[in-house]
Amino acid sequence: MSMALNIPASSALRRMWTDTNTIQKIAFAVGLALLVMAFLGPLVAPHDPDAQSLLARLRPPIGFERANPAYPLGTDELGRDILSRSLHGLRLTLMLAILGALLGLLFGGLLGLLAGVVGGRTDAVIMSAVDTQIAVPFTLIALFTLAIFGSSLQVMVIVLGLAGWEQYARIVRGDVRRLMHLPFIEAARAAGAGPRRIAFTHLLPNIVSPLVVQFTLSLSNIVLLESTLSFLGLGVQPPTATLGSMVGIGRDYMPTAPWIVIVPALLIVLLTFAVQVVGDWLRDSVDVRLRAR
Amino acid sequence: MLTYTLRTLVRMALTFFVIVTLVFFATRLSGNAIDFLAGEGMTQRDREILIRYYELDRSIWDQYLAFLRAFLDGNFGLSFIERRPVIQIVVERLWPSAQLLLSAIGLTLVVALPLGVIAAIWRKHWLGSAAMVVAFLGYAVPNFILAVVMVLVFAYWLNWLPVVGNGTPLHFIMPTLAMSGVLIAALTRFTRNAMLDVLGQDFMRTARAKGLPERAVILRHGLRNASITLLSVIGLQIAGLAASGSVVVESIFAWPGIGDLLVSSAIRRDYPVLQFGVITVAIAVIVINAAIDLAYAWADPRLRHQLKG
Repeated sequence: MSMALNIPASSALRRMWTDTNTIQKIAFAVGLALLVMAFLGPLVAPHDPDAQSLLARLRPPIGFERANPAYPLGTDELGRDILSRSLHGLRLTLMLAILGALLGLLFGGLLGLLAGVVGGRTDAVIMSAVDTQIAVPFTLIALFTLAIFGSSLQVMVIVLGLAGWEQYARIVRGDVRRLMHLPFIEAARAAGAGPRRIAFTHLLPNIVSPLVVQFTLSLSNIVLLESTLSFLGLGVQPPTATLGSMVGIGRDYMPTAPWIVIVPALLIVLLTFAVQVVGDWLRDSVDVRLRAR
Repeated sequence: MLTYTLRTLVRMALTFFVIVTLVFFATRLSGNAIDFLAGEGMTQRDREILIRYYELDRSIWDQYLAFLRAFLDGNFGLSFIERRPVIQIVVERLWPSAQLLLSAIGLTLVVALPLGVIAAIWRKHWLGSAAMVVAFLGYAVPNFILAVVMVLVFAYWLNWLPVVGNGTPLHFIMPTLAMSGVLIAALTRFTRNAMLDVLGQDFMRTARAKGLPERAVILRHGLRNASITLLSVIGLQIAGLAASGSVVVESIFAWPGIGDLLVSSAIRRDYPVLQFGVITVAIAVIVINAAIDLAYAWADPRLRHQLKG
């Protein structure tokens, strides 16, 4: 890539950075720290997350009475290390959320593309599916699906993927229908391009940025959904740690051992906060550029 | 207006039909329906008798029609665990859920509308920023974490509030707060945006120019016009958030409502209860949405005239 192309891009990035406020900068830092923790943390975690040591049950974090220096953030009701479990749980929560969001993007995006390009009855069927999904609270669908199909990791990813597909479908369909009337699509059609070629080489590159924004926004919803389901005992099954299930199980020991709950709860709040602020920022900065055009 | 009402009702019926159909096929997809209908611990002979009894040896379409017919007759089956008609179990749960929902929505309106108006009017002022920070925190803190932290502080440490059930007015405080958190955050944001849209309109300038006091301008001309936009948002967003909120919050506080019932029946695999509970809540949300749709059409004079003509 030549320098001439690089300079405007980097100055645009710098302008986007100077436009951010303090909250957004904090959110970036928090998000980055959490990403590093999620992907490097399990490598440096002091213990196996599922290893029990019944002699060291319910030990508080370092600095409190009865603390055990081998367990910096304390232990849970089975003597498992809270720090190691939180790091592994953070990674699993993030991975499930990203996989789920990708699945939703793929599924919803393709259906939206199909609805927009083909139109007619296909469009009507897909959009009424979208309307139905909007009308029914997703928590209900998730509860029902997990109860029937069990809560393995695969089912969990599929449920999380179904959680946001209708948003992508709506966005893609709307943009496609808007773009279809523009001259460059007509030109492509006149040059003999088929519907598939038009969809993937001419339309798709033009709707990438709203999709990226929607992906980030839906990611925080999906983190929340996963945590909620695991909290209720319907998500990832024990002994595997996710942040939500740690809070859900630890709640029974709260009066005597609040640290079991506090550490993962704090991580969930930080994670949703960071993802949400970044998503909002992304949406605003993409919108500004669209308006300036 | 009549055709609009009819169209809304038809769409409502259609969504309802789709949901019932999906529930039927999801239950059949999951494996042998007899395990689903009759529970565990049966001999081979009993299974065969039950399969014939439930007519599961017939084609899936016949079964589907029979399912629909039973549904229309009001025959929803028995709970695996309680051995009582499902409809009885669900109906008992409706009123406690409604109570909690109404108190949460009441609190949300009382807090979020003023916050949103403040955030819009003093957009550049610290007061407006403070209102938005409240809204943002409400969004970032999931309701189950809010609930757990409140239980820790107010029940275990301070010993002020009860945790389980719905016996006294004191029991309402924590569940209501836990449910309202996200709702307040959402409604504050929507109110602010709707107010900002309205504040820039010409009729606001006219209202000021004819010498109305600022209070009247903001409340009568601003908020009333913004509320039309808000209605549609409340329908879609708030109904969905409230439904998922009540699932989580009721199960944390053992509130004897339908959300708690859904979670416990999902965990215990009490499929008849779960199936009917999901359909009931879905119907409730769809009916509320349709009602708000109609209210919206009726409240907006522009739309009302257009529909008349």
